[in-house]
Amino acid sequence: MADATPKSTGKLDSKAPSGPIEKRWDTHKFQMKLVNPANKRKHTIIVVGTGLAGASAAASLGELGYHVKAFTIHDSPRRAHSIAAQGGINAAKNYANDGDSVYRLFYDTVKGGDFRARESNVYRLAQVSTAIIDHCVALGVPFAREYGGLLDNRSFGGSQVSRTFYARGQTGQQLLLGAYSSMNRQVDRKNVEVYSRREMLDLVLINGVARGITVRNLITGEIESHAGDAVLLCTGGYGNAYFLSTNAMNSNATAAWRCHRRGAYFGNPCFTQIHPTCIPRSGEHQSKLTLMSESLRNDGRVWVPKAKGDKRSPKDIPESERDYYLERIYPSFGNLVPRDVASRQAKFRVDEGRGVGPSGEAVYLDFADAIKRLGQAAVSEKYGNLFDMYEKITDENPYEQPMRMYPAVHYTMGGLWVDYNLMSTIPGLHVLGEANFSDHGANRLGASALMQGLADGYFVIPYTLGNYIASNPLPKVDISHDAFKASREDVSLRLNRLLSVKGNKTVDDIHKQLGKIMWDLVGMSRNEAGLKTAIESIRQLRSQFWSDVRVAGESNFKNSELEKAGRVADFLELGELMATDALERRESCGGHFRDEFQTPDNEAKRDDEHFSHVAAWEYAGSQGDKVTWTRNQEPLNFEYVHPSQRSYK
Amino acid sequence: MAEQKGMTLNLKIWRQAGPKEKGEFLKIQAKNIIPDMSFLEMLDVVNEELVRTGKEPVEFDHDCREGICGACSLVINGNPHGPEVATTTCQLHMRKFKDGDSIVIEPFRAKSFPIVKDLVVDRSAFDRIQQAGGFITANTGAAQDANCIPVPKKNADLAFSSATCIGCGACVAACKNASASLFTSAKVAHLALLPQGQAEREERVLKMVAQMDAEGFGGCTNTGACSAACPVEISLENIARMNRDFLAASIKHR
Ligand SMILES: Cc1cc2nc3c(=O)[nH]c(=O)nc-3n(C[C@H](O)[C@H](O)[C@H](O)COP(=O)(O)OP(=O)(O)OC[C@H]3O[C@@H](n4cnc5c(N)ncnc54)[C@H](O)[C@@H]3O)c2cc1C
Ligand code: FES
Repeated sequence: MADATPKSTGKLDSKAPSGPIEKRWDTHKFQMKLVNPANKRKHTIIVVGTGLAGASAAASLGELGYHVKAFTIHDSPRRAHSIAAQGGINAAKNYANDGDSVYRLFYDTVKGGDFRARESNVYRLAQVSTAIIDHCVALGVPFAREYGGLLDNRSFGGSQVSRTFYARGQTGQQLLLGAYSSMNRQVDRKNVEVYSRREMLDLVLINGVARGITVRNLITGEIESHAGDAVLLCTGGYGNAYFLSTNAMNSNATAAWRCHRRGAYFGNPCFTQIHPTCIPRSGEHQSKLTLMSESLRNDGRVWVPKAKGDKRSPKDIPESERDYYLERIYPSFGNLVPRDVASRQAKFRVDEGRGVGPSGEAVYLDFADAIKRLGQAAVSEKYGNLFDMYEKITDENPYEQPMRMYPAVHYTMGGLWVDYNLMSTIPGLHVLGEANFSDHGANRLGASALMQGLADGYFVIPYTLGNYIASNPLPKVDISHDAFKASREDVSLRLNRLLSVKGNKTVDDIHKQLGKIMWDLVGMSRNEAGLKTAIESIRQLRSQFWSDVRVAGESNFKNSELEKAGRVADFLELGELMATDALERRESCGGHFRDEFQTPDNEAKRDDEHFSHVAAWEYAGSQGDKVTWTRNQEPLNFEYVHPSQRSYK
Repeated sequence: MAEQKGMTLNLKIWRQAGPKEKGEFLKIQAKNIIPDMSFLEMLDVVNEELVRTGKEPVEFDHDCREGICGACSLVINGNPHGPEVATTTCQLHMRKFKDGDSIVIEPFRAKSFPIVKDLVVDRSAFDRIQQAGGFITANTGAAQDANCIPVPKKNADLAFSSATCIGCGACVAACKNASASLFTSAKVAHLALLPQGQAEREERVLKMVAQMDAEGFGGCTNTGACSAACPVEISLENIARMNRDFLAASIKHR
């Protein structure tokens, strides 16, 4: 089905400009066509999702005068999963005077992503990063400040400079409320209309071009159509394929998956991020996992006992019998190595039998030294809300004993394939934020997702969308067109099919089973035999779902079981694609670690000769419950940051 | 991990099929509840059991389960977000309860928060209050360098404390007048404390308060029940700030 020889389909034109990298975006902007200000309001733009990417896009397009319709599954745009981001947002401001620059942020991001991202995109991201901070401050985002009144910074993994802006442990909340407020201003100005509690269940194409969406009104169950001149998908990541993740409970891949089935290629689906510091699970009842921000690794020290099976309480283990393994193995980055590296090392320690806590599936993150050095008040000022959250969940006081941490699924670098203009392989369908495969390659650096979501929404799409609108004839369509009717029928049929199985397994039963397959076999380390087993098991589980799931309730009322069922049905297809992509990528890179491909000291070993490309999967049809895909490739060229073995030693 | 045997709790849960239907309490036992579960995980157990026995699960809003999105609600034994101070329902853990306890679970009740189904209410009035003026007019791309506007740390910290409101509505549910003053004032104060927020300071407070009234929320009589119930401890001082600004602006704009 798939091979590693490049197959060009013409559709995968990245449109990345050439020329000196620092001029590319400016030149591109200049060459793009513009839409006459008076004409903008004649164009309806559909924005699906109101997280950082969607809210910022809706706000800035509203400011430009477009007529924007924004959709969210939540009861309010402010509840998008972005609200939960804790640690911070990167920007190449060099306020710390420690040697940062646009080039360094670009370099760190390309290297951090293990050379699997497009250089042009990453450079643009680093370039616009500074304007994001300026804009957010102008909107009233209360970032942390120093006594002189200027902005404060901290460090995040994978970099040796302090470039992370933050608002205590609630940076995502403050940035999202900023974008939400700016979108609200456009609602007040009547440029943006918000449709909350609406779930997009299909993309509507007319003559191969994205011209609208089909949504379910989650309160009344009504199936609605909405038409527009372009669709912006800003629906977040698919980490919940693993059932347990740090994502919010309602985060899902359905909108993206429905677009994939309509022809949008899926880029690097196997690139998932397992975050090293999450609160370990405490039992079968666990519904989600809670992240403890990477910023904690600024001051917390990671360790395990030197002896295997040491069950003593941490305070009874003397210094000489502790292994601060990140500091030992990576003296130059220490506790601040990138996430993929930190997670893998935690897994190695647990596999060696040196894990801690009741389950043995944890390592310590210890603040004793920081408290001694800075005082409890200073530590609390920086991380207070995280410490409180830890205590609420575990009933242990992290000021007195080290936190217990274990890696958990956190973020998905993969997503719908987009070109430099953020347009997918379907004309008119643009994809922003975590939903696209974008800029992070095989591993995302901390504090870069917020940056990317806002870059896409505030500073990229306002330009590239204008170019799309101005360059393409877009005949007027409305929802009376047959394509809308057909899509509504498809959607209703599927909902009824879900309700009519009336089997014995709950949606959660099956989701948990999928999660276990994914975590065990498509998780922190993967190998050929395991991936083949995973693919087989997921197919079986999918058949079981369609023959034995029980979805309570009806389709014409609020019904969260039905919502969940549709999402799990999609995860059951996406999960197979993730495993297939992982199987076909016969190398290790970033968060994708194949046991067969490692360096002598257990680091990820890339194969640039065969895999320096994006795998863009094309949906090739389905028969019954069997789905097939074609693997396409977009070659990646590195003109500036030359691929090397990543070293954080 | 093997399923641990745990507590049994006697629940009375509000069920209501739709906004205009009559509601009633469902009496049901939650079994095998272990102390490490969150309150919502306890409800998950109840719902799984309902589905398995062919019944409809209880609808409730939730998402992040980390105390930050503001989606979860519930009045638990008379308290919005339950008995623990400064804690959302999703962060409330079952170790706060004992085997055999009775727990009454109801939706947030207020005229301006109509019930959608079971424990789910419509809080869109909050969005409309924000849309009326809870913003600073700054177009994308027009901003100067962020460090051109120094903000004294004290003010920045105060603004942050107001800005942490999660918009859950517990303040309204706790208030005998169902007033939204704490919610509205938190945004008014956040922006009024910052230099960037000055240009629209007067207009903002007037518009937001007018919208709050139009939505049918009650007046504030300063009992402080709102702040006591607030999971993120938004302080009553915000209301004082809003009232001062409102008065000053009303006099000028008469
Ligand atoms: C706990 C946690 C902490 C994090 N901390 C950081 C950090 O410190 N720094 C950092 O840079 N990144 C962090 N991240 C990552 C970052 O928060 C996310 O990648 C980012 O916020 C995603 O934003 P988004 O706009 O793409 O999507 P989201 O915020 O997930 O928004 C998705 C939107 O789509 C809507 N939606 C979804 N499906 C549908 C549908 N079918 N129909 C209609 N609407 C739909 C939702 O309602 C929502 O509005 C963190 C992530 C987690 C889980
Ligand atoms: S579910 Fe998000 S605050 Fe409780």
